[in-house]
Amino acid sequence: MTMNRLELTQVPIVKKILVSRWLPWSLVALTLPVFVLAILAGLFGTPAGSRNFGIVFVWIVWWALVMLLLVPFAGRLWCAMCPIPAPGEWLQRRALVQPRAGGRLYTLGWKWPKRFNNIWLQNASFLAVALFCVVILTTPLVSALVLAAFALVALAMSLLFERRAFCRYLCPVGGFIGLYSQLAPVEVRVKDHALCATHKNKTCYVGSAAGYGCPWLVFPAALDKNTYCGMCTECFKTCPLDNLALYARPFGADLLTSRGRRLDEAYKAFIMLTCALAYSIVLLGPWSVLKETAYAVGSVEWWVYAASFFAANLAIVPGLFFACAWLARRIARAATSTRELFVAYAYALVPLGLAAWVAFSLSFVLVNSSYAWQVLSDPFGWGWNLFGTADWKWTPYLAGWIPLLQIPILLVGLAAAIALALRAARELRMPQRAALPIVAFCAAFTLAMLWLYV
Amino acid sequence: MNQTRRVIVIALTALLILVALFIPIPTNASAPQTRTLEVTARQFAFEPATLDIQRGDTVTIHLESLDAAHGLYIDGYAVDLAAEPGKRAQATFVADKEGKFKFRCSVACGALHPFMIGEMNVQPNFPFVRATAVTLIATIGAVVFFWREE
Repeated sequence: MTMNRLELTQVPIVKKILVSRWLPWSLVALTLPVFVLAILAGLFGTPAGSRNFGIVFVWIVWWALVMLLLVPFAGRLWCAMCPIPAPGEWLQRRALVQPRAGGRLYTLGWKWPKRFNNIWLQNASFLAVALFCVVILTTPLVSALVLAAFALVALAMSLLFERRAFCRYLCPVGGFIGLYSQLAPVEVRVKDHALCATHKNKTCYVGSAAGYGCPWLVFPAALDKNTYCGMCTECFKTCPLDNLALYARPFGADLLTSRGRRLDEAYKAFIMLTCALAYSIVLLGPWSVLKETAYAVGSVEWWVYAASFFAANLAIVPGLFFACAWLARRIARAATSTRELFVAYAYALVPLGLAAWVAFSLSFVLVNSSYAWQVLSDPFGWGWNLFGTADWKWTPYLAGWIPLLQIPILLVGLAAAIALALRAARELRMPQRAALPIVAFCAAFTLAMLWLYV
Repeated sequence: MNQTRRVIVIALTALLILVALFIPIPTNASAPQTRTLEVTARQFAFEPATLDIQRGDTVTIHLESLDAAHGLYIDGYAVDLAAEPGKRAQATFVADKEGKFKFRCSVACGALHPFMIGEMNVQPNFPFVRATAVTLIATIGAVVFFWREE
């Protein structure tokens, strides 16, 4: 498939930055202090979430950065600057910037079990976090403990398993960032596959004196979508043939290929879609009983909520979609199995899901982001006023405009979903009308979101 | 689909969306009234959580807090009240914009404070009607635009 791409690494300064060994360290050096402060504020600061740096900077500022900017426009760039795996990776390498000469990685180097060579564990870890999100998002201590647990698990996994097993297979955030990074207008790819074939040492995968083998366990020459590329730029350092490039490309380019479609990724799309709707109802709706139930962990009502949450994510929404796929198969009188259609069509939900998350995120980010000024001056809620902003009043930004922003965002997601559904029908050699049940599903979802917001 | 037909589909869809957005919708709404609404606030809920009024109504909201200090801020109207326990606060405004408007606690009141939210529905909710129409038009337009001959 040919595609219009612009090689950004032709710009010398871009190339120089990407090849530099200081880049990954510099990015993490920016985020790690914020991460540590977020944990400390959660552990020792005020229990009032809106006055605590740990809540405001993680769940409002960071979330806005990731969901509204980085994922839609830069794919997995966040993974390149994420502080969570950094300590483990540094320990594994026993180096911060330059590789140790001839040094082997400080890890038992276990291979990741083949049965888990997928994102099912990421789906499970995301659902676990999502189930408790009302508590995590609002309780600084719990939020800090969760973040610290992520860092500890990542550290432990780096000592046991080879490379970044945590990021690749377990991180609850990495799963959805990977899914939605397929939409991003940037990609890291090899320039010339034939050149790779002539290179026997495959230093991009096994490493060299110049750098490490791909921490994400990806062979760059085989990379055809962003999902598993953490944009760590290690391959730029280790390729002796100067055969890696950063490209600008059309939005959603990865979704135009039907290769490598999998049930675990399809389920990630369902989970994300369902959670965007569920959070819009539970967190942003007027039904306080739902919020209180979701917060009352362990109560009888909470167990009902938990069961409903899992049922919606794993059975009801996928079940409805499966029914649409079955109907599509009937319409087309196709020999293809319903399961295959179910998986293939699920990728149409990727742009719709991201649009739903952007719409949801706008709702609380714009309204609550002014808390950032307060906690910047008083991160622990101890009465400090470091920058003179501690007393700034809560100010909802663009509150009256939010629905007007959400409508076009959802419609763009819907239009992209329709384009992908019709394309999937063609790729499956089915008539275009076979995509209509999927189109109806996407339109119904969009209307449900609009009903909640407008 | 050839280029000309694609342009026609885009133009027609855009035109229909503009019509859906701006066409006057006849209503048989009753004459504007003066309404007084009693709203109580507690951690972390408003009662009632949904307020239904008509466009043009002059609305007075009395806010009473049952436990901690709470606020009531209405998106889009910038009405902002704050009530201490045992003290009432009130604000009067004309509901001159139709649609659904979230109202939320504006005084940090505890863990679920950011999600202490209610809804004020200023009827008729034409924005939702128009958004629905636009969605359906966009859906049909997208299907036609991306449809490839079999």
